[in-house]
Amino acid sequence: MRPRVDRERCIGAGMCALRSPETFDQDPDDGRVLLLDAAPPPERHAAVREAAGTCPSGAITLDGRGPGPSGGPGGAHTT
Amino acid sequence: MTPQPPVPPTASDPLPGLPTERPAGCPFDPPAELGRLRDELPLRRLAFPDGHVGWLATGHAAVRAVLADPRFSSRYDIMHVPAEGMPPGGLPPAEPGDLTGIDPPEHTRYRRLLTGRFTVRRMRLLTERVERIAAEHLDAMERQGPPVDLVAAYARPLPALMICELLGVPYADRDRFQRHAEVLTGGALTDDTGEAVTALYTYLAELVRAKRAEPTDDLLSELTETDLSDAELTTVGIVLLGAGLDTTANMIGLGTFTLLRNPDRLAELRADPELAGPVVEELLRYLSIAHTGVRTALEDVEIDGQTVRAGDSVVVSLQTANRDPLRFDDPDTFDPHRSTAGHLAFGHGVHGCLGQQLARVEMRVAFPALFSRFPGLRLAVPPEEVPLRTDATIYGVSALPVTWDEG
Repeated sequence: MRPRVDRERCIGAGMCALRSPETFDQDPDDGRVLLLDAAPPPERHAAVREAAGTCPSGAITLDGRGPGPSGGPGGAHTT
Repeated sequence: MTPQPPVPPTASDPLPGLPTERPAGCPFDPPAELGRLRDELPLRRLAFPDGHVGWLATGHAAVRAVLADPRFSSRYDIMHVPAEGMPPGGLPPAEPGDLTGIDPPEHTRYRRLLTGRFTVRRMRLLTERVERIAAEHLDAMERQGPPVDLVAAYARPLPALMICELLGVPYADRDRFQRHAEVLTGGALTDDTGEAVTALYTYLAELVRAKRAEPTDDLLSELTETDLSDAELTTVGIVLLGAGLDTTANMIGLGTFTLLRNPDRLAELRADPELAGPVVEELLRYLSIAHTGVRTALEDVEIDGQTVRAGDSVVVSLQTANRDPLRFDDPDTFDPHRSTAGHLAFGHGVHGCLGQQLARVEMRVAFPALFSRFPGLRLAVPPEEVPLRTDATIYGVSALPVTWDEG
């Protein structure tokens, strides 16, 4: 699983940091998403999937799929 | 996911109005008619009091689709409102700084100035402070002795103190803002609304000037260092103060009522304070105290095989979306053990609640603290006598008389 985050879409609601704090954090200055782990281990996949599915702005994509910009890569990619 | 039943698009007559009648004796449930409408057709035409024929979204998928889609606007000045007594020409545009009534990119500018202040991490750091405020108010309740109105003694002051401290609003001034803020979320537009806005604006404007002259360690002071004008900052202050005063307070009041009426679930929470997180999420889903929102299509949008035309306003029913059997099994049962992922109690999309992590921290502290201090807490009146905020835009109880056995 390869989560990607789009900081331009992010609104800083913090759902991802709440669901999978090992994978996502929020920038202390602007609250926007930071990707801590670009290759989360399998035991975290369910939480990461939930983070992507509940992200209010669709800023998290998984393996190039999901509600992100044009359905895949192309958004700002923070590691 | 169950497939949507085939329905002839827009074949049904517009609903003449928004059903608001709750089933008798079910203070926690949405109007039964609204649930029936959802199960029949989750997106349907709705006649608005101003004559506009727009839409009502009641199903989880439809509500989420509308809230997530940037083709739906939050602007007040193009919105039809599903309430009587709106000004004839519609609402004026949002005041600069009122980020709830504008769209990106203007919205993004304000939102980005604020999100860093409300992160999961920052809000968790406030846990100890919330615990102390909770303990002080529980001490006061104990000294006062039963019966006590839990709303006045606990549910209201706890979030009020927290938002005041965060913003840098002196809590001692609360007589100058609390009542006015409640008028704004209390219900329909009345003669008091204009007065409340003016009073709040005057108060916050003074405060902003004071922060600019002499900054203190708080959000309003920090925002004086951004490019926000005094007028923008004043309005941002009103929005945040209002949102902090009358939302979590209602969740604590109505949530306590819910737990007292679900003694088995309450016993579980008492036995295991770790359950506070799931209990809070399920209370959010189950109660959905912000019942509805409105969005207006900027262009034609197809949803569920129906076309919402540019200019159409859509009422989104968060409470029925969060009780949608297509999304949540056995949705009308209060069950903290379920997965609540995807509930829409804080909305969804770019306007998703900014303060939701603060609200979570407050509630996760408030419920266990209350029930561990007063293990025998119970209603002091029959449940049907608990006064409900049926007309308010934010639902809740206006008072919750409780009692306990003094040890």
